[in-house]
Amino acid sequence: MTHDPGFLTTMLLILVSAAVTDNILLTRFLGMCSFIAISREVKTSVGLGVAVCFTTTCTAGLNSLLYHYALLPLSRMVPPGYDHAILSLQLLLFIVVIAGFVQIVEMIVERYSPKLYFALGIYLPLITVNCAILGVCLFMVNKGYGVLQSVAFGFGSGLGWLMAIVLMAGIQDKVQHSRVPAALRGPGITLIVSGIMALAFMGFTGIIRI
Amino acid sequence: MTEETTTTPQAVAKPKKPAGTLRRGILDENPIFRQVLGICSTLAVTNLLFNTLLMCAGLIWATALTNLTVSLLRNYMPRRVRMIAEVLIAACFVMMVDTAIRALFPDAHKIIGPYVGLIITNCIIMGRAEAFAMQNPPLPSLVDGIANGVGYSLVLIAIACFRETLGFGTVLGYPLPLRDMWWHQWVIMIMPPGAFFTLAGAVWIARHYTGDGAQKPGEAKP
Repeated sequence: MTHDPGFLTTMLLILVSAAVTDNILLTRFLGMCSFIAISREVKTSVGLGVAVCFTTTCTAGLNSLLYHYALLPLSRMVPPGYDHAILSLQLLLFIVVIAGFVQIVEMIVERYSPKLYFALGIYLPLITVNCAILGVCLFMVNKGYGVLQSVAFGFGSGLGWLMAIVLMAGIQDKVQHSRVPAALRGPGITLIVSGIMALAFMGFTGIIRI
Repeated sequence: MTEETTTTPQAVAKPKKPAGTLRRGILDENPIFRQVLGICSTLAVTNLLFNTLLMCAGLIWATALTNLTVSLLRNYMPRRVRMIAEVLIAACFVMMVDTAIRALFPDAHKIIGPYVGLIITNCIIMGRAEAFAMQNPPLPSLVDGIANGVGYSLVLIAIACFRETLGFGTVLGYPLPLRDMWWHQWVIMIMPPGAFFTLAGAVWIARHYTGDGAQKPGEAKP
């Protein structure tokens, strides 16, 4: 960043825009699978959302460190023309970090807080294959964020995901009692509601500009 | 809206032949209509047909070869680490796709780059590896991977055709004939909500014709 509009301001902007205007679920469709499958109950979706938010924040930071201090220097060392191959390694690196992180968190939570473990238990392993987590890591590279910016981006995206899935669970509660055409029940109506939610979130677009 | 979404599957026989596996993946158990799985990584790029084709080719490659590899290794993988092993296998094949697209289509890679990487966590790859390749020999697994990839791709390509035509007035980047005279841009189609609505429409049509999800006990019926 050359002309800095203030550290905190930048962070806040990244965070808010990742959560609201650039919502990872509603504009990039990441994490849709668990969104459609799980968004039935508000309580479980809060649990899953919090787990996702925590994971995105931490893995974005970790992966950003690795990317900036290991992968980028390495890609500059190889002969020109081969840096593509090194940069493609980020996929393997990121997914390993995510999977390892989730495993470690699972073990720590199991050891020190069995209560939380049972509350989150089923969701933790699922998170490894949640596209939103890997998506956050890939987009932070794509957008060229530094380490701290990536943490803010990860937290914002996780928060946005949490918000979307909780809102959806609330709406699903109501949808269950309404007359939906037979063939549209289940995923169909979820998709339409998400479309309307995406429209609503697009309304925020004018507020923030990075 | 689309031709293949309206195809009615006949009696759902489950032969163990490759042809049966192929048909089942594309029609009867199409991953998108049956389970609405795996749309995460690709739905976002369906506003341009070309990007969708690239993504779908990558996805078919990754699903098929991951299935094959998982099936070859299925007797050697300890059950506890099999998920992570599957993810890593998928990651290797996706890396090949990523490198290829970086080298061959650098412009497209700037836009769809992150989504290519996200093929790794596409639920279809994991789903097929877990549900099919872990129990079946290599050849049927390969065919199953191809079938599911193709079934998935057909739907997404149909969605992309629909969105690009209405949103940009082009097909594969070529403008429609006499576009300026009659065509009017439908902006919503190139934006995210358009993808949700189009997919919802496709699922609706498919379920209407296949009769799936017609009755769910305990729900208010009109």
